[in-house]
Amino acid sequence: MTMLDTLLTALMLQAGYNAALVALGAGLLGIAAGAGGTFLFLRKRALVSDAVAHATLPGVGIAFIVMVLLGGDGRSLPGLLLGSAISAAIGLLLVEWIARRTRLAEDAAIGAVLSVFFGIGIVLLTVIQTMSRGKQAGLESFLLGSTAGMLYQDAVVIAIGGGLALLAVLLLRRPMTLVAFDPEYAAARGLEVRLVDLAMMGLVLGVTVIGLKIVGLILIVAMLIIPAVTARFWTDRTEHVVLVAGALGGVSGYLGAALSASAPGIPTGPIIVLVAFGLFFLSLLLAPKRGVLAALLRHRRFQLRVHRRQGLLALAHGEPVLDPLTIRVLRRDGMIRGDMVPTDAGRARAAKALRDERRWEIARQIHQDEAIHGRYDGLTPIENVLTRDEIADIDRRIGGPVVAGGAA
Amino acid sequence: MMGSAFVQLSLTPILIGVLSAIACALPGNFLILRRQALIGDAISHVVLPGIVVAFLITGATASMAMLLGAAGAAVVAVLLIEAIKRLGRIEPGAAMGVTFTSMFAGGVLLLEQSDTSTVHLDVEHALMGNLESLIWFRARGWESLFDPVALAHLPPELPRIAVVALLMVLLMVVFWRPLKLSTFDEGFAGTVGVPTGLMGFALVVAAAVAAVAAFDAVGSIIVIAMFICPPAAARLMTNRLEIQILWSVVFATLSAVLGYVLAGYGPLWFGADHAVSAAGMIAAVSGAILALASVAAPHRTRLGAPKDAG
Repeated sequence: MTMLDTLLTALMLQAGYNAALVALGAGLLGIAAGAGGTFLFLRKRALVSDAVAHATLPGVGIAFIVMVLLGGDGRSLPGLLLGSAISAAIGLLLVEWIARRTRLAEDAAIGAVLSVFFGIGIVLLTVIQTMSRGKQAGLESFLLGSTAGMLYQDAVVIAIGGGLALLAVLLLRRPMTLVAFDPEYAAARGLEVRLVDLAMMGLVLGVTVIGLKIVGLILIVAMLIIPAVTARFWTDRTEHVVLVAGALGGVSGYLGAALSASAPGIPTGPIIVLVAFGLFFLSLLLAPKRGVLAALLRHRRFQLRVHRRQGLLALAHGEPVLDPLTIRVLRRDGMIRGDMVPTDAGRARAAKALRDERRWEIARQIHQDEAIHGRYDGLTPIENVLTRDEIADIDRRIGGPVVAGGAA
Repeated sequence: MMGSAFVQLSLTPILIGVLSAIACALPGNFLILRRQALIGDAISHVVLPGIVVAFLITGATASMAMLLGAAGAAVVAVLLIEAIKRLGRIEPGAAMGVTFTSMFAGGVLLLEQSDTSTVHLDVEHALMGNLESLIWFRARGWESLFDPVALAHLPPELPRIAVVALLMVLLMVVFWRPLKLSTFDEGFAGTVGVPTGLMGFALVVAAAVAAVAAFDAVGSIIVIAMFICPPAAARLMTNRLEIQILWSVVFATLSAVLGYVLAGYGPLWFGADHAVSAAGMIAAVSGAILALASVAAPHRTRLGAPKDAG
């Protein structure tokens, strides 16, 4: 079977019961992470989740050791996830404590908690490697995610967890939107901002913990950030950002998990992240208003308008047009002939451009207020700003039309 | 503990650890003051793809290629972050999050796909570091420090990090005034002719060089602890930049030495017979120092903060 066949099989959920469950779980988790991450992103606290994610590692290690000491196997996924949730919560509290109680800024607190918890986690992993039961613990898979050879009950845990996280987003979306968008207004409406923030962090914690096995703790932050940032390129409305981010996250999770199932031996996390980044990169280039392509087009249109106006004014004054781009623009519009002589249409448009310049001059004298000044960038047609009566009034002050080129 | 076995097994790792911690803490001081601590985070993540790409191109783990690769990756990351910030009007934290996770993911994928089994380059080392393996095999005792043959067989990571640490000190001394000015008052620095944009960019590249040199020893994540924890703790000790930098060097040295000793000998005191990860323990010690500073250091609160909030 070729790689493509394998991928298609996985995408159609035919690659085995576990793989299907994992892909579904990753998809659900992706939706929850994308939508939930949007609130975090709008609240400008995206990287707090990075500290939370790295802070899970000591919890995983301690949970394993405790379960082994209690006589268990140590690899029970719910137990490990519980441990990771507890240490992640401690990490989160520490970030907030450092940022509030010391002079250090939140970014320093995030970096310190992230790296120190990770370091402690690595120490615990080396302790576990020396334990007789620790050799096959496979806890390293929590670093970068691994869905290869996952147990059936673990896949069920992930699918249910992904569903629960999504449910939490659905239930909390109204208060979280309000707080993310305008915390003062939310507080005035009687909402407990601190409580909603706490719920938001709880959601982040949940997504992180459920995503540990699929994406891994180093890259789970990408699932929370990248879809939200990508969605921001497509729309300005909060509720739409949430929806688009959820969809993008779901696609990344599902597609990434399916890809990884068709190419075993590669950690799942990086693939999911790269799928999300691919979607982001496409949006960066192609998004209708904020994309690179749209920005280039906008710039080009502006440039053409400036050259057209300058060219017409030059024609009206009977000055030679020298700039090659201006000549091209005027020729394409049929304003001048190949030998640079203005056409009739060109003379008419040139006269109008000159007249509009004069009209603007008068308009600025009549209306000394900012509103008119601010809208005159030299490119806006005067008819778009002033009424017909106003223009007629201005025209009476200027006098009758003059022949282009003849008046000068 | 101080005999020939110590020189052979522990001297070089301790020295490399100390020099790594200092090389990272020096630029870290400025990153913290400029509220760019997370740039350190981003850089340490993108070092991995930089090194992997350099390895794939040159086919060897030559230090120069690695340094260039990592510095190049840092530059790419900074440009990408700027592009995302400006084009999408995205806040810097999120722009950083997109960039460094994606580049890190790309690095891991490249590493897993390419055959690097012949060199010390695998995902586990990249994440956790491998300080313990940097032993001085040819040493026979303290007298080897004067034996040119033995000195020629020092692990190459030691001279590399020594050069980088020295470079950091030199850069800081030479550019002290513009660096300090642009850190504390960017507007004023600009009016007296300091190229503030260039200073900021150079700081990021310097941090990237420090990160790649320390990467061998402690891996790409614990490097963040070295960037942030000693300077952060030092920041709570004093209001003067000069003193803060001295404190950060002291804390960095203390973290590295104590961390290594605790990792290597600590488990033995508890009756276990295996050492634990030295890099992880160094991060843990630096965290403990920061924790102590947060509750007891003389300048731990913001100026003007109410007493009861301290």
